[in-house]
Amino acid sequence: MDWNFIIFTLVKIVAVLGLLHTIAGYAVLAERKISAWIQDRVGPNRTAPPFIKYVPVLGTLLTRWGIFQPAADGLKFMLKEDFTPAGVRKIYFWLAPAVSVIPSILVVAVLPFGSYLGHQKMVIADLNVGILYTFGIVSLGVYGIVLAGYAANSKYPMFGGIRSSAQMISYEISMGMSVIPVFLIAGSLNLTQIINWQAQHGWLFFYAPLSLIIFLVASFAETNRTPFDLPEAETELVGGYHTEYSSMKFALFFLAEYSNMTASAGMMVTLFFGGWSLPVFGLDHPATTLVAGIAHILIFLVKVCILMTLFIWVRWMFPRFRYDQLMDLGWRTFIPLALVNILITALFLWIRS
Amino acid sequence: MAIIVDRKSLGFWEKLYLPAVLGGLKVTMRHAWRSLFKGGQVTMEYPEQRWTLPDGYRGAPYLVRDQEGSTKCVSCQLCEFVCPPKAIKITPPGPNGLPADRKNAEKMPEEFEINMLRCIYCGLCQEVCPEEAIFLQKDYSLTGLSRGELIYNKEKLLALGGTVGGIQKWKHKLEEAKTQEQFPVNV
Repeated sequence: MDWNFIIFTLVKIVAVLGLLHTIAGYAVLAERKISAWIQDRVGPNRTAPPFIKYVPVLGTLLTRWGIFQPAADGLKFMLKEDFTPAGVRKIYFWLAPAVSVIPSILVVAVLPFGSYLGHQKMVIADLNVGILYTFGIVSLGVYGIVLAGYAANSKYPMFGGIRSSAQMISYEISMGMSVIPVFLIAGSLNLTQIINWQAQHGWLFFYAPLSLIIFLVASFAETNRTPFDLPEAETELVGGYHTEYSSMKFALFFLAEYSNMTASAGMMVTLFFGGWSLPVFGLDHPATTLVAGIAHILIFLVKVCILMTLFIWVRWMFPRFRYDQLMDLGWRTFIPLALVNILITALFLWIRS
Repeated sequence: MAIIVDRKSLGFWEKLYLPAVLGGLKVTMRHAWRSLFKGGQVTMEYPEQRWTLPDGYRGAPYLVRDQEGSTKCVSCQLCEFVCPPKAIKITPPGPNGLPADRKNAEKMPEEFEINMLRCIYCGLCQEVCPEEAIFLQKDYSLTGLSRGELIYNKEKLLALGGTVGGIQKWKHKLEEAKTQEQFPVNV
């Protein structure tokens, strides 16, 4: 048994999990702040540990930015009463948050978040079928929501669950088909090799912009965010599938949503925006020095953050689609568009070869 | 009769959603920019910034003193009777109780309690008071650590109410009567 491999993989898993949770926590803060700015408000600006007011300038500044808000939110979720309503189906009620959060965390296993650090590849599992694994895992995420809706024994969560199952199943098809041109062009299913291809030939975004648009919209739908947030449409369904949940179970759904968001942003960066590579300062080769390795990880994170800002921005911009419009867009627009996209790409590659 | 409104069907460009998407991006961007760099936020940061209350604002009811510093309340208990949520509780002095601390009054209350948790700030006590001894003032955020703490007694109400200077009941009534002497009455 290769102890070296096991230890390094464990370290990477812990680091990635920690980072993912931090990003998810701060994505909530970003969501609140950006929504506040867009709506001419201030946003969270009070929460601070008691000693922070003795730090001059910086303490006030951090408090105004709401830096401590995620910590306070997390603490609050832990301390709240974990209430189980009387009529719920207990087993599924307990199972649903876990079923919903596990796939969202598993997805990041195949994302290359950097090139090399020392001799370690900065990816937890360098699978040859990375993207297939991702789609396989992502499609499990819907079970958590459906189970939550079913287990709550209440009509609104039920509606949320039903809507989400229909929505996620339809958009998975266009999502899956939208990335086929990427693999046709790059010639591999392995995400590390896709990034290497992009580092040499330029970002795939320039080769397949239509794929990016379809993937972006489909990932809005997959992560249940506005304009496709029908499963948790607050104005119609109270809270959607997590209406009956409280405390840490609710927090898990929340975490799942934001981890999904992070993962799909990471996937988009990997597939379309060159992952860790940047075509300046010679940062488009796998790193040989430690500094370059760290720079690559930071580049990846910055790209992810930019995309997540876009996710959040879009949420506060669009009204929700009606259910039939959503289905119409998914089945009658994006699937044919994705098919045409595949066809054109394939024809182009065939003619060129 | 039904009116048929002609609805234009969307053109190709509109069906793409793109113009609407870009328009939305522009609007939200403008607002974010304004609230970030131009100070366009409309939020009032409450405990530090307070709004100016308009005249006639109905806040917490307090007892007031007249300009000589004596209690105006004569313990008639009209406010107690009119109070819709029964927040006011008056203990009258009784036959051998406390004499009034001003000349032209027979008595004053021994105890006057307003339960601020029950009070609905309707202003009926102020309206009904024949002595103009209770006024809804501009306090709106009353806090306490227990329910008992929010039952204000006579001393506290008098201290909080202060003196409403210049209001002398009979002078006021006389002025009111004079305005009604001419006909038609223009109030």
